[in-house]
Amino acid sequence: MRLVTFLQEKLFRWQSDGTAPLRLGQRRIFILPSRGGLLYAMTLAVMLVGAINYNLALGHLLVFALAGIGVAGMVHAFRNLHGLLVTPGRSAPVFAGDLAHFELSLANDRASPRFALELAAPGSEPVIAAVDGKKDAKINIPLATTRRGWLALPRVRLSTRYPLGLFTAWAYLQPAMRCLVYPRPISHPLPPAAPSPTGGDRRGDGGRDDFAGFRPRQPADSPRHVAWRASARQADGGSLLVKQFAGGAQVDLVLDWQQTDPGVDDESRLGILADWVLAAEAAGVRYALQLPGQALAPASGEAHCRRCLEALALFDA
Amino acid sequence: MSTPANAALDRLATPWLFACALASALPHVLHQPVWLSLLAGTLLGWAFWLWQHDRRLPGRWPLVILVGAACAGILIEYRSLFGRDAGVAMLVVFVAMKLLELRSRRDAMVVVTLACFLLLTHFFHSQSIPTALWLLATVVLITATLVRLHGGPACTPRIALRHAAVLGAQALPFMLVLYLLFPRISGPLWGLPADAHSGKTGLSDTMSPGSIARLAQNGDIAFRVRFDGPAPPRQKLYWRGPVLEHFDGTTWRPFEGRRPAETLEIISPPIRYQSTLEAHDQRWLLALDAPTALPDDVRLNGTLTASSRKPVSERRRVSLAASLDYRFNRDEDPAILRRNLALPPGRNPQAVALAAGWRNAGREAILGKALALFASDFTYTLQPPLLGDNGIDQFLFQTRRGFCEHFAAAFVVLMRAADIPARVVGGYQGGEFNPLDDHVVVRQSDAHAWAEVWLPGRGWVRVDPTASVSPSRIEAGIADALPFGEPLPGVVQWRADWIRTLRFRWEALNNAWNQQVLGYDPERQRQLLARLGLPDADWRSLAIALGLACGILAAGLLAWATIHRPRCDPALALWHKALRQLARSQVDYAPWEPPLALAERLGQQRPELADAFQAVVNAYIAARYGKPGSNLETLRDAVARFQR
Repeated sequence: MRLVTFLQEKLFRWQSDGTAPLRLGQRRIFILPSRGGLLYAMTLAVMLVGAINYNLALGHLLVFALAGIGVAGMVHAFRNLHGLLVTPGRSAPVFAGDLAHFELSLANDRASPRFALELAAPGSEPVIAAVDGKKDAKINIPLATTRRGWLALPRVRLSTRYPLGLFTAWAYLQPAMRCLVYPRPISHPLPPAAPSPTGGDRRGDGGRDDFAGFRPRQPADSPRHVAWRASARQADGGSLLVKQFAGGAQVDLVLDWQQTDPGVDDESRLGILADWVLAAEAAGVRYALQLPGQALAPASGEAHCRRCLEALALFDA
Repeated sequence: MSTPANAALDRLATPWLFACALASALPHVLHQPVWLSLLAGTLLGWAFWLWQHDRRLPGRWPLVILVGAACAGILIEYRSLFGRDAGVAMLVVFVAMKLLELRSRRDAMVVVTLACFLLLTHFFHSQSIPTALWLLATVVLITATLVRLHGGPACTPRIALRHAAVLGAQALPFMLVLYLLFPRISGPLWGLPADAHSGKTGLSDTMSPGSIARLAQNGDIAFRVRFDGPAPPRQKLYWRGPVLEHFDGTTWRPFEGRRPAETLEIISPPIRYQSTLEAHDQRWLLALDAPTALPDDVRLNGTLTASSRKPVSERRRVSLAASLDYRFNRDEDPAILRRNLALPPGRNPQAVALAAGWRNAGREAILGKALALFASDFTYTLQPPLLGDNGIDQFLFQTRRGFCEHFAAAFVVLMRAADIPARVVGGYQGGEFNPLDDHVVVRQSDAHAWAEVWLPGRGWVRVDPTASVSPSRIEAGIADALPFGEPLPGVVQWRADWIRTLRFRWEALNNAWNQQVLGYDPERQRQLLARLGLPDADWRSLAIALGLACGILAAGLLAWATIHRPRCDPALALWHKALRQLARSQVDYAPWEPPLALAERLGQQRPELADAFQAVVNAYIAARYGKPGSNLETLRDAVARFQR
């Protein structure tokens, strides 16, 4: 198996650095008869023997015409890939267990459309795309994720059997694309809020009080204080929650590695932390993240949430 | 834009496969038993109905039972599951069956390959131009089906057909090169099945009343002849087939056994001609009387019939020569003469008695009496009454209606009874001259029988009693000799000028097709290669030539596929033209310099150029970034002015 891998690496060597757009040239495209092509060739051979045996002049002509069509089909299969411009795109971070989507852009600057382009990465469902003439198409290659961290896009096989299915033309693409995989959130109740050690140093927010927790909304509560996102997260869909504020003192939620259950393994603890980050972000409160050897100051908002999840994803336990 | 991969067949691809199966199987309806066509049609209809209503395809067992039943039917019909016709029948059933289990793309590929195979089997029956055209259309359809199958739903029928046409056009040069250069092998590679050449029409080697009349109702072409010089008059065109010497009362047969070679004295200079025989599965070549030059594998068989070593089982071209005036076996073997006096004992007493009364007259007088008898009140017809045991008597004294075999047989019986050696000769008489390609076309309807008598000092002399009954048969042809309403084939009977001209054209075209396309054989291949500068090419040099030619064609195709000329934006092209002019004016510029900045710099460094260039820049910006297509002319003018 390793020999096969080695040979593949040597034979189908990748010359681009993987970030630039790549135009498929003839040295990058391989072509071999498909199973249907072998069946076709075998049929033609039998037909030729029949035509010779019965001395059928038009039989010869038919076999040769079909053979010619097969050869032309081979060139067309090659042409279906040749000159295609492949540009790596972006891939949004996902949680482990979800499908990561790697976006590739295929640009066709020929007037004729290119049909039945099949993109497949090892371990992924193949994706079939067609690119119209003078157009480009964005293709998402789905890849299952199992663990957190960077997931690099493995070598992608771009293949086609168009037009006749008698030959498979293929090229290997290895764009330098990676996708960040966050730890899979493990549902766990949030830790109690504690006065932040850094809270006193911060400047005030101009009248905005500090968060202390949630309680069900009462008719007198201002709509401004409704925790919409936290309410939406409630499983039973019951009453709205409002944020409860402790007057005066700055209280931040500190999501600390130490607070997680030491009895479970590190990955699960990261999963619990990820869940907390999401819950705290949903609640709209300020939260800090403390990991061994790493701490993120309290803040809130999408960017902060992303930073926290990134830290969890890349945490080196 | 992207869909998950799925090897299953998409719904709209299926009708293409139905069309393929139908187009490849339909012409077989002409040749196969009706029940088989009905079965295949029903299966196809069923498959189509299931598809239309989106029903589930039948399971394995119904199909197994159906296949078993179809095989049993074929076994009963053809007494075999193998062999040519049974094999074709099996193929038709399989294609129709496969339509009932179209699930994946692989099933579709099987249908396509079966359809290709079925196409080949049409040539067992016909290699004519209409067949070729039908097949050409079907090949395009099959190719389009493959394109549609692998292109997915995004590939519309229009695109699929157009792509198939392109593929077909690109395949043509390959086809031609392969056809011309692929080493041709003549003859079968192994023994052909017994029914390999079934269904050929032509003269048989026996003659009984009605056998030639039946053949004369067939308008098929028997052979075509092209004379090197002008064609002889049609009453001299006697094409000799089997010579029938043995008579058992109803049927005439050739004498089986060896005989001495002919002695032939040629009186008139030989006429050279080429004859293209349609397959008739007999050994005689239907040479013009009397043959003087023969191809290598052809001999005269002792009765002046040119016979090939192998039966003519496919169309064959031979070069022959004939002398129309000749003396044939002036000194005949007495045993042969005795044989040609034999009559079945006790048969036809009236005729024998009549001729016996002539014995005392001279031989010429006897001939004259017999011919005068026929000239009296006999009728020449394709529909003679049936005759009994003493058929010659009945014919001569009661019915008096007959076709050429009746006259020839009766004449020979009379001659033998009058002690003159005589025998029946089968063959064809006449032919139709096609002025468009200078060929004489001889049809099955020209089939004829005449007599030959042996006269001392003159040898065997041809006597055609039909000529006494109906002179126009010999001089103008069968259509003139018979009243309208006789069951003659339409091609022979319809003789309006415009129809005849059309027919001549069509037949000349067919002849050219047969000679030039279908007649390309190892011999022609050798001639072609010799003309190309490859005399005595063996298969090895052929293979090299073939590989070279195909390689060149493939390289050309590949070059077409890889040439990639990105179409430049016309505004950009004009801008580059302006920049080149700038370079000629000794201005340095960097390729990445923005047009406006470049114009500004030029205004400081080369004020004399600045105005014209500013106009170019403004027009360029308008053309590239303004409304599309509207400002290109302005830019072209600006660049032209700048270049001046």
